[in-house]
Amino acid sequence: MTALIDALLLRNGYNAALVAIGAAVLGASAGATGTFLVLRKRALVSDAVSHATLPGICLAFIAMTALGGDGRNLAGLMLGSAATAGLGLVLVEWITRRTRLAEDAAIGAVLSVFFGFGVVLLTVIQNLPTGKQAGLQGFLLGSTAGMLYSEALLIAFGGALAAAAILVLRRPMTMVAFDPGYAATAGVPVRTVDLAMMGLVMAITVIGLKIVGLVLIVALLIIPAVAARFWTERSGHVAAIAAAIGGLSGYVGVALSASAPKLPTGPMVVLTCFALFVISLLMAPARGILARALRHRRFQIAVHRRQGLLALAHGEPVIEPLTLRILRRAGLIRADGVVTEAGRAQAAKALIDARRYEIARRMHHEEAIAGRLVGLEPIETVLTPDEIRVIDQRLGVPRSV
Amino acid sequence: MSAEFVQLSLVPLLIGTLAAMACAVPGNFLVLRRQALMGDAISHVVLPGIVAAFLITGRVSTWPMMLGAAGAAVVAVVIIELIRRIGRVEPGAAMGVTFTAMFAGGVLLLEQSDTSAVHLDVEHALYGNLESLVWLAADGWASLGDRAALADLPPELLRMGMAAALVLALTALFWRPLKIATFDEGFARSQGIPVRLLGFGLVVVAAIAAVAAFDAVGSIIVIAMFICPPAAARLMTNSLERQLGWSMVFAALAAILGYVLAGYGPGWIGSPHAVSASGMIATISGLILALACLFGPARSRLSAPSEP
Repeated sequence: MTALIDALLLRNGYNAALVAIGAAVLGASAGATGTFLVLRKRALVSDAVSHATLPGICLAFIAMTALGGDGRNLAGLMLGSAATAGLGLVLVEWITRRTRLAEDAAIGAVLSVFFGFGVVLLTVIQNLPTGKQAGLQGFLLGSTAGMLYSEALLIAFGGALAAAAILVLRRPMTMVAFDPGYAATAGVPVRTVDLAMMGLVMAITVIGLKIVGLVLIVALLIIPAVAARFWTERSGHVAAIAAAIGGLSGYVGVALSASAPKLPTGPMVVLTCFALFVISLLMAPARGILARALRHRRFQIAVHRRQGLLALAHGEPVIEPLTLRILRRAGLIRADGVVTEAGRAQAAKALIDARRYEIARRMHHEEAIAGRLVGLEPIETVLTPDEIRVIDQRLGVPRSV
Repeated sequence: MSAEFVQLSLVPLLIGTLAAMACAVPGNFLVLRRQALMGDAISHVVLPGIVAAFLITGRVSTWPMMLGAAGAAVVAVVIIELIRRIGRVEPGAAMGVTFTAMFAGGVLLLEQSDTSAVHLDVEHALYGNLESLVWLAADGWASLGDRAALADLPPELLRMGMAAALVLALTALFWRPLKIATFDEGFARSQGIPVRLLGFGLVVVAAIAAVAAFDAVGSIIVIAMFICPPAAARLMTNSLERQLGWSMVFAALAAILGYVLAGYGPGWIGSPHAVSASGMIATISGLILALACLFGPARSRLSAPSEP
């Protein structure tokens, strides 16, 4: 536990702190980019891109050792991975455009074939004299243990660069994601923006290789975006919330992974992210399950209360148990079912309001359609006193009930 | 040479071929229905189920693992449906959320539990151990008639054979309704075919093939074989029957060529070390698909303009 707190408070040394901050920046960039990706319905293209990095990593390692350098140089490995990731992306586009195969088949084909070829190269490297300690397996699921200072710096710097690019591109990306046709007429170069978006995805994949790993980086792009959807209906806010969720997942996930052995970094980041997703799904005030259930319950109570009061006003018996319970709890009827003084007054008010609403719906068609005149609230909370006076004139003199 | 071949290569070749064909057959329908990534999702989500089954029983045994995998698949389907309904997001994103989280959970379980005594780790899950499925009791082709030697065959062979037979039998049995429902769902419904049930059944069959193959050869082959041979076959012909035939030929070709190249290929260029057979099989299937994309007689959309 203290190890976790130390990690969270960045007390595990300069390197660990840099890695945690780098992971947070990376997660934030991934969350924001993922929002546009999910809105554009291209979430799984990033899965093909991330799996296509594996052969590039291996080829870069082989090339660097063959040239007599250090095969584990992170910048070189990143460059190699970006090359094959780009090739994979081009192939997905090419297959979808030039053949009759759909995009999902193209994604799956590129993903599995590139990854398979990468595995072949991994076994080749294992058999090289220098390959025994290559540690390239760490790129599959991420591993931050024993990361060098220069590597941590590279990751933090790369993440910051990606974040800056998102800030610059956020307006055109939003437009293209929502309505490519409109964006085109408004003079936004749709293809270029799409390319830039996929370029960002590639950059995030490559930067995230060491932390999250190539098998799971797609989670950091998709999950925050989907989780953020529960909190708000506005696109700008979705991207910001997704960035916050992604950043928090990166930071906490890396800290968790550092706090104890046998906690691989990539899965820890992804599971933290998924936990935040579940919290959003349940708790978010806008569209979460709990908020929805509460809203539904409030609506149910309002309907039962009004129907019960109208029944009382008409002198009809109330039988429905939930209605009885609601009226009793509000002190409108007694335990034996007899109407109280307050109940009589409220029933009369409900009856008048119901008549007033009826007339109001005839007078204000648009608002009736828009659902403002459903008639569950006291009418003075919906209409102005002047409007009610006009309605009352049509209604005639209120009768006593 | 031949004794060594029977001992070391015959069984992996057979298992690889059976696994490839068992995945390719349902893959034809998945590709046509634009559910190609189902194979990707299935092969990720079964991991926590398999690890959980191992943790409960403490052994690597078939049926608990199959049950665990099936349970995990059902959980995944429920979560995907839940996220789609409540979150109103596209199915691809809902799938992405589910399979990455479940795979991460599986990896964490695996790392946390002590599986060093048995052959169960992340690398195994990803790219299998096709090369290790050797038939030690065999000493030549004559062993095929020897009861004692046959009893020593790796159990994966029988399991994979049964899975492949089941997949083929079910496909043959439901061929007509499957074909109609795949190409024209509305018409199928008007003919009284239970379309939703059929779609669910297809996913279940795919899952059976995936889990059986996953156990023997790892998830890369599963994903590659669900997609590459059927996709290549689709570019060869317009008839579904012929497409199925092509896909099985391609799957078998990829499995055999891939295995041979991985095992003997490095020797031809003077390297004593074999490379990963699973990876090589996936690579060959990709090369076949690439050739089909370039030269397949039915590669282009007939009249449809290219999508924007």
